[in-house]
Amino acid sequence: MKKKNLEYILKSPKVEAFQNKTHYCPGCGHGILHKLLGDAMDELGIKDITIFIDSVGCSVFAYNYFDCDHIQVPHGRAPAVATAVKRLRPDKIVITYQGDGDLAAIGTAEIIHAANRGENITIIFVNNAIYGMTGGQLAPTTLIKQKSTTTPRGRFATEFGYPLKICEMLNTLKAPAYLERVALYDPLHIKKAKEAVKKALRMQIKGKGFSLVEVLSHCPTNWKMTPEESMKFVKEKMEKYYPLKIFRDREFKK
Amino acid sequence: MKKNLENKIEKILIKGNDAVVEAALRSGLNGFFGYPITPASEIIEGFAKAYYEDLERKKKGLKPKYPEFQVFLQMESEIASINAALGGAATGKRVLTASSSPGISLKQEGISYIAGCELPVAIIDVMRGGPGLGNIAPEQGDYFQTVKGGGHGDYRLITLAPNSVQELAEFTCEIFELADKYRNPAVLLYDGYLGQMKEGVIFPKVKAKNYDRSSWAADGNKKGREKHIITSIYIAPEDMEKHKLRLKRKYDLIEEKEVRFENYKSDDADIVIVAYGIVSRIAKDVVEKARKEGIKVGLLRPITLWPFPKKEISQIADNAKAILTVELNMLGQMNEDVLISANGKCPVEFYGRCGGVIPKEKEILEKILEINRKVK
Ligand SMILES: Cc1ncc(C[n+]2csc(CCOP(=O)(O)OP(=O)(O)O)c2C)c(N)n1
Ligand code: SF4
Repeated sequence: MKKKNLEYILKSPKVEAFQNKTHYCPGCGHGILHKLLGDAMDELGIKDITIFIDSVGCSVFAYNYFDCDHIQVPHGRAPAVATAVKRLRPDKIVITYQGDGDLAAIGTAEIIHAANRGENITIIFVNNAIYGMTGGQLAPTTLIKQKSTTTPRGRFATEFGYPLKICEMLNTLKAPAYLERVALYDPLHIKKAKEAVKKALRMQIKGKGFSLVEVLSHCPTNWKMTPEESMKFVKEKMEKYYPLKIFRDREFKK
Repeated sequence: MKKNLENKIEKILIKGNDAVVEAALRSGLNGFFGYPITPASEIIEGFAKAYYEDLERKKKGLKPKYPEFQVFLQMESEIASINAALGGAATGKRVLTASSSPGISLKQEGISYIAGCELPVAIIDVMRGGPGLGNIAPEQGDYFQTVKGGGHGDYRLITLAPNSVQELAEFTCEIFELADKYRNPAVLLYDGYLGQMKEGVIFPKVKAKNYDRSSWAADGNKKGREKHIITSIYIAPEDMEKHKLRLKRKYDLIEEKEVRFENYKSDDADIVIVAYGIVSRIAKDVVEKARKEGIKVGLLRPITLWPFPKKEISQIADNAKAILTVELNMLGQMNEDVLISANGKCPVEFYGRCGGVIPKEKEILEKILEINRKVK
């Protein structure tokens, strides 16, 4: 990990929502994202009223790290769970944290319909272009030519289609309030990511409706790269296909 | 006498599925999540009607009829519905989902999670014909997927099987109470006939116990307490085993305390019919007809399919000459449990009709006569 990133992580104003060291591999994007999400929760002062939905993937143990209530749910179904939680507890903050296998493959129906209903929840969507927890298989977001254990010669569109662009897809729907794609490959982008997460949570607090932040994250272990190489891969390869931008911001509606 | 009069006034003619809706609302239901499927669709439609009528009332400044009924939602699938129910229960709310056989198949992963997380979720299965798309005619083909655990892992579902619209109403209230009492999913299992049938019902006066779920629920009221985690994952084998042994102790307790059945003239009977749901009503008439013919026949009707009335059937097997299980399926799904309970102590025969075909009294009576000739 780059020294500057480390500094950001260590230089925390106060550590409340985010607890403990993580179980993630060294240099993994999940750890950075946990830290900044915890910071955002602290700054907004919401940890005691947050219900966090933990999905199936490398982040399944997120409940160890965030000091708030948690529900661990079946693979892909977090948005359906979150829908009921928010509607039955409208004064609480509901966050789902989902990988790209979870959200963009097995859970595509749930995410589209929760977004389409404009559920007032916040989705943290970790796009690391691979299945981390199960050992590096093809994800719907795996890039063309990118290798995985189930595409040992690389992904070809003729067999597996093209990588799914979730923000762009959800942006065709009328209901969502906030959609942004961010990355974690340098301190500047980490700061931007944190602002996006905070913004998304603020949308929920204000009752604006569905907010999702897609985070381009790195998985050095399954990409078989060093942490530095993996961050470079996000910057040079992933960002080209998955442009970083705000797709939807209900607050700036013309 | 006065009491009877009062009751008479309260008796209303109502369709089975509609009675379920009314009973659930009277039980203080907070949220319903479902997906349409025949022959259970009246349930989701009934909740929609109640929900939007109350919204209208609130708009007009009137008191809602069911103030506790906060959320009605038609979801995108049965998978989403069961997971919404999981979420609602995890936050400490009283929730229900309803479907029919193929929809219940889809819910099974969620049901397994709910059992593992020990959440009080009420589930309704109005059985139709299968396998596959089958048909929309009534069957009793979901005994396996309900009683034997259709989802992964070993767990138990409390399962109640009504045989009248009156019982549909009463048992709907019961599954909520049992689910809360044991923090376990509880199922109301009935065939499409009961759902579509109209009968007079006296709705039970529900005294919903005030279950304090705040000691475990992930309700987002964390101020001044430790975080609450609802989960079914236990990575260390020792922890997983400990968790499961605790579940087993709970299941043992339920088996000890909650077995329910109806014993109709089986104490002196030579042949005892075992049947549940709609079939048990036909069987009761067969008991009378057979007795007129001089054959002592009785009926044992399991009301809880799990916990199963094992002991009672074992006792019957001690005294009777034979048992006849009658079901609306071809495999004899419940009959497997009857066989285990009888444990070879008396012959056990099976008679099943399926695909929506209902056995006539005459057919069952013929089967009884045939058994009677054999065991005489
Ligand atoms: C129903 C079901 N199918 C498959 C799995 C196995 N599984 C666990 S995590 C996972 C994919 C994880 O990838 P992703 O969602 O991208 O998260 P990451 O681990 O990369 O953070 C799969 C397929 C499962 N737990 N449940
Ligand atoms: S496998 Fe990849 S995503 Fe999972 S913890 Fe390791 S680096 Fe992170």
